[in-house]
Amino acid sequence: MTPETARTIAVDVNGVSYEREVEARKLLIHFLRDDLDLTGSHVGCDTGNCGACSVLLDGVLLKSCMLLAVQADGTSIRTVEGLGSDGELDALQQAFADHHALQCGYCTPGMLMSASWLLERNPRPSEEEIRRAIQGNICRCTGYVNIVRAVQAASGQEVSE
Amino acid sequence: MTVPAEKLRLGRVGESARRTDAVPKVTGEFAYSSDAYAAGMLWGRTVRSPHAHARIRSIDVSEALAMPGVHAVLTHEDVPGEKRYGLEFRDQPVLAFDRVRYFGEPVVVVAAEHPEQARRAADRVRIEYEPLEPIVDPERATEQEPLHPDRPTMGHGYRDDPRPNVVRSLVIRRGDPDARGDVSVSGVYELGIQDQAFLGPESGLAVPDGEGGVDVYVATQWLHVDRDQVAPCLGLRPEQVRIHLAGVGGAFGGREDLSMQIHGALLALHTNRPVKIVYDRQESFVGHIHRHPAKIWAEHRATRDGKLVCIRVRILLDGGAYASSSTAVTSNAASFACGPYAVENALVESTCVYTNNPPCGAMRGFGAVQSCFAHEAQMDKLAAALRIDPIELRLRNALAPGDSLPTGQRITGTLPVADVIRRCAELPVPEAEELPRDPIRLPGGAGNTTRGEGVRRGVGFAVGFKNIGYSEGFDDYCTARVRLLADGSAEVHCAAAEVGQGVANVILQTARTELDTDDLVLAPATTSSVGSAGSASASRMTWMAAGAVREACRAALAERERTGGEVDVERVYRHPRTTPFDPETGQVTGERAHVAYACAAMRVVAEVDVELGLTRVVWIGTAQDVGRAVNPQAVEGQIEGGTAQGLGLALMEEVQTRGGLITNASFTDYLVPTTLDMPPVESVLVEDPEPDAPYGVKGVGEPPTVVSTAAILSALRDATGRELTRVPVSFDEVVGLD
Repeated sequence: MTPETARTIAVDVNGVSYEREVEARKLLIHFLRDDLDLTGSHVGCDTGNCGACSVLLDGVLLKSCMLLAVQADGTSIRTVEGLGSDGELDALQQAFADHHALQCGYCTPGMLMSASWLLERNPRPSEEEIRRAIQGNICRCTGYVNIVRAVQAASGQEVSE
Repeated sequence: MTVPAEKLRLGRVGESARRTDAVPKVTGEFAYSSDAYAAGMLWGRTVRSPHAHARIRSIDVSEALAMPGVHAVLTHEDVPGEKRYGLEFRDQPVLAFDRVRYFGEPVVVVAAEHPEQARRAADRVRIEYEPLEPIVDPERATEQEPLHPDRPTMGHGYRDDPRPNVVRSLVIRRGDPDARGDVSVSGVYELGIQDQAFLGPESGLAVPDGEGGVDVYVATQWLHVDRDQVAPCLGLRPEQVRIHLAGVGGAFGGREDLSMQIHGALLALHTNRPVKIVYDRQESFVGHIHRHPAKIWAEHRATRDGKLVCIRVRILLDGGAYASSSTAVTSNAASFACGPYAVENALVESTCVYTNNPPCGAMRGFGAVQSCFAHEAQMDKLAAALRIDPIELRLRNALAPGDSLPTGQRITGTLPVADVIRRCAELPVPEAEELPRDPIRLPGGAGNTTRGEGVRRGVGFAVGFKNIGYSEGFDDYCTARVRLLADGSAEVHCAAAEVGQGVANVILQTARTELDTDDLVLAPATTSSVGSAGSASASRMTWMAAGAVREACRAALAERERTGGEVDVERVYRHPRTTPFDPETGQVTGERAHVAYACAAMRVVAEVDVELGLTRVVWIGTAQDVGRAVNPQAVEGQIEGGTAQGLGLALMEEVQTRGGLITNASFTDYLVPTTLDMPPVESVLVEDPEPDAPYGVKGVGEPPTVVSTAAILSALRDATGRELTRVPVSFDEVVGLD
């Protein structure tokens, strides 16, 4: 809160460059939500357990409540708002919508980021690989069944209904 | 040449249809209550009791008020109207006065320009407490000083129980409770406190309207009952308080009681600025009620060929410091104590007590979860004693329409207990996976603790049932309003809370079916444009919203037929009337105390490392009585999610307390199932339309949670040969250490 502890950082978020002064103590999730108004990433637990705030930072999947905004200086960040293009959903977003892979939806943006990270590395993951990849994202509504299905469908695999 | 895109026909009743909010939820655009924003808003913060029980000697806010950015620091003296509120009984202080009765009870609220300023100011509020001995043992609560000497729950037609600290007690006597069988099995069962752990912590925004009233944007389960609790405490008329549903990050019963609503409104009216309050996870653990922990003593008597003769059950529920919905949980636990089985003789005593432990209220399954865990353990025990197959034993005793329950209520609707048992039992159980295998697929999983040497496989089975809708004479209704516009489109208003369960689709699919058009919209849920929808709880919202929307649509069409112009009609739907239990015998005083029932059967395959006490649920199959599925895809989603919550209670979820203080208020210490804990679920929808319900629907949210804890424990017992009488099950109990 005191000006002496503020720092100026430059980040690229979803292809847009931002230069902002931030309090040194501010977490990346609060910077994204409150300073950049990117409220798609959510705060669920504050302790790095639930994954609702998951983002990709220079291509690395991480929980944005576990990082200070100043630590993100000079990086390129991707959030749920950066998925899809020109108003079209990407394959994962489409599959989540089609396969009822969400209910309250609070975990969904983080879940999508973890699944994106998986598919970038492993375009046709097995069920077990999917489960491992999203184990850091808690969903309280779905029991994960349809989330696993949606990731399979998004990777072009046949899914039983 | 271009071909016009084929017009997408949107879902009608009975069709799997995409969630109406699916796209905004996958793009991140969907606005949750925590995203609410108003220009010039302040941030609220709640100062809470660090004691489970204490007298408040003094409160000094002067230092906090002088902190930078602070606009208000309010105590009970600043509550202009009623000082207490409550979901069913007005027993809970808006801000504590005289004494605090639980850890985390709100005492002071602060509003400041910045959330950090509010937090720092909250730290400077000086409250002098005189700690009192907390009541923490529910078995001794009825012998201790009353926490509520004015006995707020008495005199409501309940049994007059003179013991101190009784929230409610109910005794159900049927036939001859001393009737003997050829065999008898008994057991004592315990359940810890479960948290709803919805992923979006409590939050909301209160905006003063400049004329003395206030608008509150909040994640809740029942907008109108929030309004009716908020307004009297602010000294306002109900219409001066407008509750608007903000995006809800899960609920599961935990948003039935108020959280920030009165506090936010109080601060907003006091400062004449919008005020936002957002709890963090730690505050969320003390900021809402939990599932009642319970201790259940049960005895089952049966004939040699496995026919139940008599069931005797005693249930003790810890309600914590305030009543919330405990009186209804008490009667639910009693109503379902004997399971979905026919038995001529029964004695059920269910008691809920006040203590200084965390307050308990509604959570998915609402009393039936606790009872199911006990009655299904007893049925397995009975099967073992009689050497009868456990599924066969359940079939021999399965309730059927026309049978009477221990409360004397005859089942007049559908209840296909035998059918769900058979359909579930038919599901093929997967083959045991060979060793060696990747340790992630062994008990202990990512912990890499074993190569599988001590792993044993078990298969379990359970059946459970629960009521649909509010009971015991409660005036349970739902309102819907339909406008048919000149351009042929329609607008539907219904204040049913979309909490993720999919009621928005139920409303839309019903309206499309009735009006036979896709050209309609669902207006935002608010108290300002339509009457009450009742609560998104008790597995009632599908039935009630479908009923109300159907009636309003039909009335609107008839009205247009008559007048030819635009129409705007509102209709109130009620399910068949229920009546109270007799306070002395627990018998129904009319045709029914519960309007309808739904049942589910579940089969579970689990593996247990019997040396390390580690468990892994491998597969779950279930058949559920759903009446008729409005949106089959969404119904399966409810079954899978409800099952996961029961799995959490079975294996890992417990709010732990010491001296009434919560010791694990975080997701680091309170564990919720992940993808590696939760197996695939195979679900069968058993459609047997309910005659009293619109389209034959039933609620579907709770039966899977009721039955899954019991079914998982059944599998663990099969694997270990141990009794495993407490959930969440501990490693020590699994390996047999006492």
